Amino acid sequence: MTVTQQMITVAVVVAGTMLTRFLPFLLFPAGKTTPKYIQYIGKVLPPAVFGLLVVYCLRNVSIFEGSRGIPEFIAIGAVIVLHVWKRQMLLSIAGGTILYMVLVQIVF
Amino acid sequence: MAKSTKIRKAFKAAFPYTIPIFAGFWFLGLTYGIYMNVSGFSFIYPMLMSITIFAGSMEFVTANMLLGSFNPVQAFVMTLMINARHLFYGISMLDRFRGTGLKKLYLIFGMCDESFSINYTAEIPPDVDRGWFMFFVTLLNHIYWFSGSTLGGIFGSLIEFDTEGLDFVMTAMFVVIFMEQWLKDKRHTSELLGLGISVLCLLIFGADNFIIPSMAAMLLVLTWMRKPMERRKETAEA
Repeated sequence: MTVTQQMITVAVVVAGTMLTRFLPFLLFPAGKTTPKYIQYIGKVLPPAVFGLLVVYCLRNVSIFEGSRGIPEFIAIGAVIVLHVWKRQMLLSIAGGTILYMVLVQIVF
Repeated sequence: MAKSTKIRKAFKAAFPYTIPIFAGFWFLGLTYGIYMNVSGFSFIYPMLMSITIFAGSMEFVTANMLLGSFNPVQAFVMTLMINARHLFYGISMLDRFRGTGLKKLYLIFGMCDESFSINYTAEIPPDVDRGWFMFFVTLLNHIYWFSGSTLGGIFGSLIEFDTEGLDFVMTAMFVVIFMEQWLKDKRHTSELLGLGISVLCLLIFGADNFIIPSMAAMLLVLTWMRKPMERRKETAEA
């Protein structure tokens, strides 16, 4: 690829990304009332999307190979326990991550 | 309240929420920069791409595209497929971004997974300006990603890794965000649907192709359940 072709490719990716981010705001501008159905979807969707994002992070974990997802399982368990116990975002994230690093570097 | 005090207050409220993202984005950004570096690109590439695209997984894919043959149409379609989840973020943020003035344009531009998740779930104190809070969350994330990617691109092969497993910080953050939402909601229908459908689609379609089917299935099921969901909400509020 020439530099110009590379620039065009990056520009196309930027345009595509921006389209996915701006489209809802263009379709449902702030001045007009948003259709009831879209309001409903906007309310019930995020909890489901957060579930999708968790699964997305773990998409390459295989339960049949390597460490079989055991470090992930333990570390996520630790995050949940820490968070229910102290409910401090940073503590739960740091605790889980450090435990995971220890597990993959030393134990598994 | 003077404007500068208002802005400083919003920054102070926003910063702690972005600390895990600093760790995650520096790790991922450095990895991405190094990947570009060993693929033979100047640091200018990760630097410009991290500013303009600002969508982590998409940038790795773009690096791959740049190494292949020139095909802008395919690049465009792939971008839409990979980033289609942003449509959901936008629909969820229609109300929250209202009344944020010109900052709204930047809030939408910078609405990556992490910015969206924090801006959607964070309980912004009533005396903190919402618009500026969300602005700083987005801006700080953008800076972390940009600086990590650029440094990775510059120092590339010089960096030695003993940071195995640090990328788990992102997983941990999304687990916490998921739980915050869980603890906030009285009923967990949406949360369970999201997890269940995603796992099911992952098993059926595989790691590279499960996002779009998951989104379609969620939309279908939630649309189908609209009547019972809304009825329950009314009784829960009453």
